[in-house]
Amino acid sequence: MTTTITLTDGSTEDAPVPAEKRDDSSPLLDIKDLRISFTTATGTVEAVRGVDLTVYPGQSVAIVGESGSGKSTTAHAIIDLLPGTGKVTGGSITFGGRELVGLKRREVEDLRGREIGLVPQDPMSNLNPVWRIGTQIDEALVANGFQGSKAERTARVAELLGEAGLPDAARRARQFPHEFSGGMRQRALIAIGLASRPKLLIADEPTSALDVTVQKKILDHLEGLTAELGTAVLFITHDLGLAAERAEHLVVMYKGKVVESGPALQILKDPQHEYTKRLVASAPSLASRRIQSAHARGTEAEDLLAEHADESATAAPDVVVAKDLTKVFHIRGSRPGAHTDFTAVDSIDFALPKGRTLALVGESGSGKSTAANMVLGLLEPTSGTVQFDGKDVATMSAKEQFALRRRVQPVFQNPYGSLDPTYSIFRSIEEPLALHRVGDRKSREKRVRELLDMVSLPQATMRRFPNELSGGQRQRIAIARALALKPEVLVLDEAVSALDVLVQAQILTLLNDLQAELGLSFLFITHDLAVVRQIADLVAVMKDGRIVEHATTDEVFDNPQQEYTRDLLAAIPGASLEIGA
Amino acid sequence: MLWYLGRRLLQVIPVFIGATLLLYALVFLRPGDPVAALGGERGLPEAVQQQIRAQFHLDQPFFVQYLYFLKGIFTFDLGNTFTGRPVSEVVADALPITFQLAIMALLIETVFGIGFGLFAGLRKGKLFDSTVLVLSLLLIALPTFVTGLVLQIVVGVQLDWLPVTAGRDPDVVSLLMPAVVLATTSFAQILRLTRTSVIENVTADFVRTARAKGLSRGRVVNRHVLRNSLIPVVTFIGVDLGNLMTGSIVTEGIFNINGVGGTLFDAISRGESVTIVTMSTVIVLVYIVANLLVDLLYAVLDPRIRYA
Repeated sequence: MTTTITLTDGSTEDAPVPAEKRDDSSPLLDIKDLRISFTTATGTVEAVRGVDLTVYPGQSVAIVGESGSGKSTTAHAIIDLLPGTGKVTGGSITFGGRELVGLKRREVEDLRGREIGLVPQDPMSNLNPVWRIGTQIDEALVANGFQGSKAERTARVAELLGEAGLPDAARRARQFPHEFSGGMRQRALIAIGLASRPKLLIADEPTSALDVTVQKKILDHLEGLTAELGTAVLFITHDLGLAAERAEHLVVMYKGKVVESGPALQILKDPQHEYTKRLVASAPSLASRRIQSAHARGTEAEDLLAEHADESATAAPDVVVAKDLTKVFHIRGSRPGAHTDFTAVDSIDFALPKGRTLALVGESGSGKSTAANMVLGLLEPTSGTVQFDGKDVATMSAKEQFALRRRVQPVFQNPYGSLDPTYSIFRSIEEPLALHRVGDRKSREKRVRELLDMVSLPQATMRRFPNELSGGQRQRIAIARALALKPEVLVLDEAVSALDVLVQAQILTLLNDLQAELGLSFLFITHDLAVVRQIADLVAVMKDGRIVEHATTDEVFDNPQQEYTRDLLAAIPGASLEIGA
Repeated sequence: MLWYLGRRLLQVIPVFIGATLLLYALVFLRPGDPVAALGGERGLPEAVQQQIRAQFHLDQPFFVQYLYFLKGIFTFDLGNTFTGRPVSEVVADALPITFQLAIMALLIETVFGIGFGLFAGLRKGKLFDSTVLVLSLLLIALPTFVTGLVLQIVVGVQLDWLPVTAGRDPDVVSLLMPAVVLATTSFAQILRLTRTSVIENVTADFVRTARAKGLSRGRVVNRHVLRNSLIPVVTFIGVDLGNLMTGSIVTEGIFNINGVGGTLFDAISRGESVTIVTMSTVIVLVYIVANLLVDLLYAVLDPRIRYA
C-alpha cells in the first residue's frame, strides 16, 4: 500500500480555483454562506454563521476547530444528519452542481453512502452492537443498489474489509463489534464509508479515540485508499498537526465562522488570524518541537526550566518508589474452573522524585492505569511493593493508609464522569476536607475559595453545578479537589486527554505553575507523547505491562533506545512536518 | 452455553425444595383447623374428624407431612382434595385455562405495547406521544377490578360484543376481554419502556451511521432502532409472565374463570395444603422457566451477552 501523497498547494481563500491542476474541474462540494441554527428552550442558537467551503474532486480538505466551533455541524449538514433541532437557515450546499439544501428525504437517502460517505468519530459507539460487522457493511451495499447474489455480496464485504486493512477479513466479517478492538472497528467503519465508492468522504475525527500508533496506521491507510480511488476527503479534526499532515487545504473554524483558510503548510507557517495563531502555538503535536514555549511563562518559569536542565533528576529524593510491581487478573473462562491469568502489570520498577513529573506512557492495554491505581491504593498489587517516602504501603495499618490518601490524590481523565452531577462545586471540593475532618465549616469554605483562586476560577463558581461548566472548567475543579488536602503527589490519569488543545495547554500550564508553587510531584499517565514533552521530566514507556524504556524526557525524545518508543514518536501527528524551518 | 443451561436447570432443584418447604410451612402454621371447619355450623363427629386427619396425614408431625407430599409428587399420586377429586386433576383442569389467558394477555401487551411505544418514541413530543403518555399513566393507575367491571358493562352488556363472563371451558373469544383487562397495566408499562428505549436509541451514534450509509428510514427503524430497543423490554416481559400467572386471581374472579386463581382461592379458604402447595409450586416453576427463556432470548438479541 502506498501511503505517500504529494502535498499540492490547494486553493487559497481569495482564489478558490487553484492555478494549475484544477483549471477545468468544477468544485465537487461548494458551501456558500451556510447558516445553521438550533432551537433550544431559551431561544435560537446559531451554531454555524456563514461558512464558505469548497472541495474539489480528489482533494483533501480539513476543517479544524475546537469543540463547539461548528465544524461537525457543518459536515453533518451536508448529508442532512443534523442532530436534534438543528436546521439549515440560510446559504447553500451544492454537490456536483446540485443543491442539497431542501432535498426530499428519499433524495438525501440516495445521496448518502452512494455519493457521500461518512466515517464517524467514535468507533466504539458507531457500530450497532447487535449486528455482525459483515451485516452492517452488507446493508450499505444493499441500500446503495449493489447488484449481486448473497454470495457475491459476502465476497464483496470481505473484499472491502480487506481493503480497509483488516486481515482475515472473511472470518472477521462474521464477528460482532464487541469482538473488535477500537482500531479494527474504525477500519470496519472506513469500509462502510467507502463501500459504495462515494465521490466525497467525510471523516469526522476518525481517529481521535484511538492510540497514536493505531491512529497513524489507519490514517496512512485511509490516505492511500482515498488517493487510489480518487475520493475527495473532508476531514474534521481538532488537531492542527493532524490536519496539516493529512490535508492539502485547511479551513479553521471558530465560533461558527471560518476565520482562516488556505493551503495547510501556509497556515501553519504563517497564521494570520489571532485564533489560528493561538491554535498553532498550543497544538501539542507541533509544540513538541518547541517544548519551552509552554514553560516559558515569566522568569519564574524560566528559572524552573534552568533548574530542570541543571539538576539531574535523581538528585531529588524519591517520594514514590515502585519495586517489582505486578498485577495479575484472573479472567473467568468458558467453563467452571477454566480461567486464565492476565498479567496487566509485569514487575515494573519506577521512582518519582520529589517535585518532579514522571510520565507513564503507553497505548491502551499497556498497564499504565493499572499501575496508577496501585500507586493510589485502589488496587492491591499481586506482588511487589509501592513505597511512599521509603515506607511500604502494604505494611501500613488501615489508619496510616487513610492518612496516606491525603498525601496522594488523583485526577482522572473524564471530568464529566469524575464529578458528581448532584453535588455543587463547593460540595465536591469540600468533600475530601470534610471526610478527613479538616477544620470547621467556615475554614473549609475559606479553603475552597483559596483553591478556586489557585485553579483560576471565580469564587462564585462554588455555588454552581458540574453541568453548568465546560470540560476545561470541570477539570480545573477536579484539580482543585485533588489539591484540597494539600497532597504531595498527584496521580494524573489521562488528565488532559479529553480536552481541546487550547484548554489542554491551559491546564498543562496550570499544573506546571502549581508544581513550581507547591512543590508537587506528578505521576502523569498518558498515551499522548506530545503532551509528555510539555510536562514531564522523566518518562517510562510501557508496553504489554512492562516498562520498555525509562529515562529523562529529553533522552527519550532525542535518542529513543527502543523500536517501540521510536514508533510512538513517529506516530505523533504532525511529527513529520517541518515548521518554522 | 451448555454449561450455563445445565447450571440454570440445576438451580431449579433448590428453588423447588425451598419453595415447597416454605409454602408447606406457611399452610401448616395458619391458624384454625381445616378438618373441624369442614362440618360447618354443626361440626363433624370426633371419629370422622380423626378418620379424615389420618387419611390426609394431618395427625403427623410437620416434616412427615412434608415428606408424604414429596412422595406424592414423585409418584404422581398427590391424593384427593377434601371433596374427593384427585389433586392432580384439579391442577390439570385449572392450569391450561390460566396459561391460555396469560399467553393471550402477553401477546396483547407485547404487540400493542411495543407498537405504540415505538410510534410514540419516534414522534417524541408530538400530539400522539403526549396523548399516549397521559393515557398510559391512567391505565397504570386504574386497578384491574375497575377496568374489568367497566369493560364488562360497556363491551359486554351495553354493546354486547363479547361475552360478559367466561364460565366453564372458555374459548378464545370469551377469554378476549379478560385477557385485555389482564394485559392493561403491563401494556402501559411496556409502552413506556419501549418509548424511552426508542428515544434513547434514535439519537445513538450507530443509528446516525446507519442513516449515513444511505439506509431508508424504515430499515433504520427496523434494524437499528427497534431491535436494540427491545432488549430492556424483553427483561420486563420475563418478569411479567410470572405476574400474569398470579395476577390473574382478581381477573379470574371478575370473569368467573375456573383457572389457577379461583382454584387457589378455594383451596386456601378450605386449607387444602396439598392443593395450595402444588399449585403454587407449579407457578414458581413456570416463573423459573420463563426467566430462563428470557435470559436465553436476551443472548439472541444482544450478542455481547454470552453465557458461560
